[in-house]
Amino acid sequence: MAITDAPKIVTARLGYEDSFTLERYLATGGYTGLRKALSMTPEAVAAEVDAASLLGRGGAGFPAGRKWSMLRKNPLTYLVINGDESEPATFKDHMLIEGDPHQILEGVLISAYALQVTQAFIYLRGEFALGLERLQTALNEAYAHGAVGSNIFDSGFSLDVVVHPGAGAYICGEETALLESLEGKRGFPRIKPPFFPAAIGLYGEPTVVNNVETMANIPWIVNNGGAAFAALGAGRSTGTRLFALAGHVRNPGNYELEMVKTTFRDLIYAPVLGGGIRGSNTLKAFIPGGVSAPWFGPDQVDLPLGQDEVGDAGSMLGSGSIVVMDSDTCMVRAAWRITKFFSRESCGQCTPCREGSGWLERIMYRIENGGGREEDLDLLMDLCDNISPGVAWPPQQTTICVLGPSIPSSIASGIRMFRDEFLVHVKEGGCPFD
Amino acid sequence: MSHLDAEIRTRAEELVALYPEPRSALIPLCHLAQEQDGWLVPEAVGEIAELCGVTAAEVRGTATFYDMLHVEPVGTYAVAVCTNIACLLGGALDLLEHAEETLGVRAGGTTPDGVFTLHEAECLADCDKTPCVQVNHRYVGAQTPESFDTLVQDLRAGRLSDTVPNHGTLVRVRRTVGLQADKNAIKTERATVAGEQAARAAAVAAAAADGEKKA
Repeated sequence: MAITDAPKIVTARLGYEDSFTLERYLATGGYTGLRKALSMTPEAVAAEVDAASLLGRGGAGFPAGRKWSMLRKNPLTYLVINGDESEPATFKDHMLIEGDPHQILEGVLISAYALQVTQAFIYLRGEFALGLERLQTALNEAYAHGAVGSNIFDSGFSLDVVVHPGAGAYICGEETALLESLEGKRGFPRIKPPFFPAAIGLYGEPTVVNNVETMANIPWIVNNGGAAFAALGAGRSTGTRLFALAGHVRNPGNYELEMVKTTFRDLIYAPVLGGGIRGSNTLKAFIPGGVSAPWFGPDQVDLPLGQDEVGDAGSMLGSGSIVVMDSDTCMVRAAWRITKFFSRESCGQCTPCREGSGWLERIMYRIENGGGREEDLDLLMDLCDNISPGVAWPPQQTTICVLGPSIPSSIASGIRMFRDEFLVHVKEGGCPFD
Repeated sequence: MSHLDAEIRTRAEELVALYPEPRSALIPLCHLAQEQDGWLVPEAVGEIAELCGVTAAEVRGTATFYDMLHVEPVGTYAVAVCTNIACLLGGALDLLEHAEETLGVRAGGTTPDGVFTLHEAECLADCDKTPCVQVNHRYVGAQTPESFDTLVQDLRAGRLSDTVPNHGTLVRVRRTVGLQADKNAIKTERATVAGEQAARAAAVAAAAADGEKKA
């Protein structure tokens, strides 16, 4: 079977020029999943999602069905969709929001019915101006179509959905920071416990927070059954998943692939996918799941794209973004830029993250720009150890949220895999790639 | 006297009505105020505070956390050049340097005529088109130094005004309907919760006062 033979669950409509319109959505089976769900009991709908074993597509990979089952019984409950996609080199939700907003809305409506929530909010990253307009247009259309609002499709079920813009802060992708932001506050992650918004969420009421791509899978699961979804992939990684491929490949882009059945090699080199490394260069290293993930070298390219498979190998599939770096890449510069990102985006609540990220960034900068010292390598690792004791994977943390322990990944990977390259920077007093 | 124009004020009130608590509308209202003024002028901050039931300091406190909200003037066109990892690999540092030369300002600066503000951006989630550039949060595609200069000329001449509105205008599509479901159920329940909280707080205060008296 060819790697592209698996069903297109979330990208089926994206080939159409008008993929974002209600007309196209209805002509291609849109809102049939919602109608079917409304004819079932909420419990039966939730059972299908549970049977699908759908892992959350945001980054942590928590099973969606389990998250749903944790929702505390309460007069008010909310569903909040996390569309604050900001993990560097991740651009899959952006594509789904602009390309097929109705599919996300249908997923939200089905989920809200299964959970019997009072209201749903879709928190979109503020920088997605077009996405916000497409989604708001789709929502207006859906209201007019009777798919949202009071007495949806004459089922007796009523729900309002609100599209909510963020305002530019990576940390708001952390679900408790997102809820703070949705309450009109600074995006400070909340202290745990409580660990789960399903117990105490928006305004203290039980809240389920799900990712955009997670929602986009729901209509297909209801239409085809959870078992059909679970039959795809292997082990805990079921269904298909969007992989955002960026960096030094011939064909960067988003690819929907069956989980586990495809390897990093397929994704990077297959002519119908990444198409190989640009020019005549070779692969130097790749980041398997967003910049919070430890790097892999060419010897790990045959790992399958599965949550546990990548986890067992010492990194994570995370947000599903793969960054390919070729032989011309300066690894010090790459790790410096990633560290600078974390330094800028640290919310500032916890000292190890706030101060540590800035110190790390400045040391990395001086190594890259000729001011480095040999002992800087140990200093970097010592600082990393303060943020994430042991600098191991999965990481320990000394901070409220996981932004802190994500900071050491690139530096520790860089020093572990390319120690000599760091030392050349120090000895030559500058970057050998300049 | 309202600082916000009548139309903006109406939209602001519509937004407040969408949420369980008015303060949830704080960020959307900041975007609206920026649509009117280009940035968050103090009068707007005060009015947002009143609409959201918080203090002006709280609005400012929230606004200063977010990259897209500005408590100082911004150029008509906010040009964001991403230099994060995917764009870095695609030559973004060279593009940013070129942009600084073309516009005559460093990243973070505004041109003296107030037309352009240049930002070095974090990942803008369009990583298969590098280096990625947004103007007023609209994607303008991958840019080379040459195409960047054309882009600047086009913006200056107003040739892109259809696709790139002035800074501050984020969403040009208005929500057409208010809340339809359980409009009052949420408000009633939230009021009950608030009442319970107030009662608990009063009980704690009374107990404390009682303790003081005994002491």
